[in-house]
Amino acid sequence: MRIRCPYCGERSNDEFTVLGDADALLTRPSGENIEAFHEYVYQRTNPAGLHRELWYHSAGCRRWLVVTRDTRTHEITNVAFANSRGEGATA
Amino acid sequence: MSSAGRLPTGGLIDRARPIQFRFDGRSMSGFAGDTLASALIGNGVGLVGRSFKYHRPRGILSAGSEEPNALAELRSGARREPNTRATTVELFDGLEAQSQNRWPSLGFDILALNGLAGGFLSAGFYYKTFMWPAAFWEKVYEPLIRRAAGLGRSASAEDPDHYDKAHAHCDILVIGAGPAGLMAALTAARSGARVILADEDSLPGGRLNGERHEIDGRAGSKWAATATAELAAMPNVRLMRRTTIFGVYDGGTYGAVERVNDHVAVPPPFQPRQRMWRIYARRAILAAGALERPLVFANNDRPGIMLAGAVRSYINRFGVTPGQRLAVFTCSDNGWRAAADAAAAGVSIEAVIDSRSDVAPALGADLVARGIRIFRGAQVIRALGSRALQAIEVRDHTGRVSSILCDALAMSGGWSPVTHLTSHLGGRPVWSEAHAAFVPGTLPPGMSVVGAANGAMTLARALASGRDAGARTASDLDRTVSDAPLPKADDEPASVRALWHVSGGRGPAFVDFQNDVTAKDVGLANREGYRSVELLKRYTTLGMATDQGKTSNVNALAILASERAQPVAAVGTTLNRPPYTPVAIGALAGHHRGKDFRATRLSPLHEWAREQGAAFIESGAWLRASWFPRPGENDWLESASREVRAVRSAVGLTDVSTLGKIDIQGPDAATLLDRVYCNTFSTLQVGRARYGVMLREDGFVMDDGTTSRLAADHFVMTTTTANAVGIMRHLEFCHQGLWPDLDVQMASVSEQWAQLAIAGPKSRETLTRIVDRQHDISDAAFPYLTAREITVLGGTRARLFRISYSGELAYELAVPAGVGSAVASAIMEAGKDLGIQPYGLEAMGIMRIEKGHVAGNEINGQTTARDLGLGKMMSRKKDYIGRVLAERPALVTPDRWGLVGLKPVDWTSRIRAGAHLIPIGAAATTANDLGYVTSVAFSPTFERWIGLGLISGGASKHGTRIRLVDLLRGTDVEAEVCDPVFYDPKGERLHG
Ligand SMILES: [Zn+2]
Repeated sequence: MRIRCPYCGERSNDEFTVLGDADALLTRPSGENIEAFHEYVYQRTNPAGLHRELWYHSAGCRRWLVVTRDTRTHEITNVAFANSRGEGATA
Repeated sequence: MSSAGRLPTGGLIDRARPIQFRFDGRSMSGFAGDTLASALIGNGVGLVGRSFKYHRPRGILSAGSEEPNALAELRSGARREPNTRATTVELFDGLEAQSQNRWPSLGFDILALNGLAGGFLSAGFYYKTFMWPAAFWEKVYEPLIRRAAGLGRSASAEDPDHYDKAHAHCDILVIGAGPAGLMAALTAARSGARVILADEDSLPGGRLNGERHEIDGRAGSKWAATATAELAAMPNVRLMRRTTIFGVYDGGTYGAVERVNDHVAVPPPFQPRQRMWRIYARRAILAAGALERPLVFANNDRPGIMLAGAVRSYINRFGVTPGQRLAVFTCSDNGWRAAADAAAAGVSIEAVIDSRSDVAPALGADLVARGIRIFRGAQVIRALGSRALQAIEVRDHTGRVSSILCDALAMSGGWSPVTHLTSHLGGRPVWSEAHAAFVPGTLPPGMSVVGAANGAMTLARALASGRDAGARTASDLDRTVSDAPLPKADDEPASVRALWHVSGGRGPAFVDFQNDVTAKDVGLANREGYRSVELLKRYTTLGMATDQGKTSNVNALAILASERAQPVAAVGTTLNRPPYTPVAIGALAGHHRGKDFRATRLSPLHEWAREQGAAFIESGAWLRASWFPRPGENDWLESASREVRAVRSAVGLTDVSTLGKIDIQGPDAATLLDRVYCNTFSTLQVGRARYGVMLREDGFVMDDGTTSRLAADHFVMTTTTANAVGIMRHLEFCHQGLWPDLDVQMASVSEQWAQLAIAGPKSRETLTRIVDRQHDISDAAFPYLTAREITVLGGTRARLFRISYSGELAYELAVPAGVGSAVASAIMEAGKDLGIQPYGLEAMGIMRIEKGHVAGNEINGQTTARDLGLGKMMSRKKDYIGRVLAERPALVTPDRWGLVGLKPVDWTSRIRAGAHLIPIGAAATTANDLGYVTSVAFSPTFERWIGLGLISGGASKHGTRIRLVDLLRGTDVEAEVCDPVFYDPKGERLHG
């Protein structure tokens, strides 16, 4: 698989570390509700189709990226920086 | 001995370059350009192996990588390699080859009686066998199977050769250098596109080298050579011979293995045996050709029976013939060409048998004219002979059976496009009645298929489809394609009407030669309910092993379809997965083996430790100084104990450079630290250090370490050695992912700083001698937990931290990595008269247990800060990672396993890590398990074994007694539960 890092360009997936569901991981609850944190830490959807995931360019620019990937085909349709919540785009 | 042999003339071999080799110990000779298979045929060898299950005599079936029978062991000793296909092994001087799967010899195989007891080993025999009495299985059957089964013997010594890995990028990858592939590559390359052309063969040209078709009025093989030369001369083309594209992966990634030096006895110095390629291609053109199918009739596995296309390859390319009296059995026009080619080479043609009655009259007219017997609407129902073919029984269109003497039979059951790579990403081939074969279905993104692989079965159509795909693909990539005329070739007759199974002959009719699966087995599997393709495959073992059913799958599916009285399309097919042909584990591993499996990291103080005589130990990726043996010491414990006593009584020096070090700067640096540590760092004064604990978001402890504030907006964090990479990643995630608004930057500086711990009552006195005079490190000026930038040894930049892991008055000194060893040597010199000793990982481990500090054994991902006695550090005044879930009810119950100290009641007893904590008087069962021992040490300070452990109830159990039960080592020791801080519990020595 190849990932087009917005900073470094297209690179082999060997250079990246995957963490998981971006939309879940980037929306950390505030407050002290255990249930809300339980959802945040443990509950994940497992879609057959487009999935926004967090990848870390560990052997590159060290940026966290939101990679939109089709879990059925591994086709990557969008890559953006995590610090913009995955908004903005390069394909 | 068969009557196979070398033809007097012809072939693409170099008759001026004879090559000597040995097969089963016999000396033989061949020529440059031969394969092992062609050379064996040239030496009259027809019998080359025994079959897997029945040990039937087998000959060479094919002339390519699809070969199921002719598997050989090559070379000897550490380079011995089993299961090589003789049909793809290039002959080299001194080659040693052995036949496989025969005992005691190829000609006389005792286990051939398996063949006589055929019913015994029919479909599903492995499964059924397990239903027999166990004693029979153990005593009789398993030893027999062990002797009988298994293909070849691997080398028992380490492979002496090197394997390489490489990456390549291109616009267009062309897979296969037959006529279609060459034409596609030429067209694409002439447009300027970056092209890689890969072919598994040593000689590009594909079927052109095995046939006599002409292109532009000259031999097809000559045209291929010219095309290859043109491609090789182009700077935008990489021509990869002996390279198999074995797999298709996501994003236009292709796996390839290049057999760089398989065709020589020993690779030249500094060259790999094989090279694994990862090829990134924007587009791919698959021109993998087609594989001919055997015909399924009784005894169709007799040596001398060969695929018709293979017969042509042996005659036309290699100048050898599998026999002197050849018969041809075909259901396609294509088979007739074998008769024509053999006749042209002077081989006697005994008969041509075509199962179709409506064969075009023009076909074989020249053969008829020569008086050769032609059977139309007829079938070969049985082969006769055992170790070599002697005759065939033919049933003509009237049903009359006659025998024809022959020593070779060419068979053609039609051709199956090589669709394997099209299905590696899940695409399913589709059945084409017109081709009587599966053709590519859904293709991997960016791939197109040309030539016979796409059902273009004639030469003219193959060339045209290659040209068209090359042009279309190059245009897609914005290249300008010039109009070049298509080379001229004929569309030879290529019609086919499938003949899946000839019934009526006595004897097994093999579908899968490699796994000894017969037509009867397929029928049996169906009758026993294994009706789906996937179940058929697993029940009969069809299509398994080294050839993965390349010559058998389609025949088996068609026979299953006819058993089920359904069309083949309804039965479907299994999907091919990588690799297309077997790939050596050595090639997959590349250089990553043995010590090179991963990089060994050396501390910047490695040289110093080596000079001090350190015994090193692998710790993660690091090589670390474990202890420093001195003359007269017998084991590590003696050395480590001496080192501990030196630190406790005088001063010691150790290397802590492997700790992770992260430099954190910015106005919001303190805010970030407050959110990732459970304790507070924003209150830390400049010039001070603080121990910190990080939790995971689920509330368990993640890591610990010391972080110091060098300026209001500048911190330097240390992490444990093992978590250095992960903590950096975590901090980046917290910053970029969770709190991108924080104005903070961080960088890993683990490699930039060497870090030394100087510990012991005389550590300050030692340090004073190397710290530059303007820096006051007296207790008053530099109290416990001070952290400051200083200079040492006359201006060398350094950071000094007054922190202690050993429990003594101690410092950590960080200096630029490049001067680490020199500074360490200077400290050793400075402390010489004070009794300074280097100490290693073992002494450090002993002292941390004496002090009750937690390490990886305790921070194991299942312990909370409270479990480890660190609950008071958890701030109530701020949010931080893990705060909320650390309060989950199950994480705060009083019976959780908490950290305690353990000391055996009999002070001479040894205790072991891993022992379980069982109440006195209770049985040692899981139900009575109250915890376990996490760490132990022999304490030279207390002269007894001490330990740390996790026990239900934690500190509330102090003063009670418990048994330490280790059922693995058979020990059961009574111990007292105590405070984990054995040494200087009030911490007075830190402040000295
Ligand atoms: Zn990057």
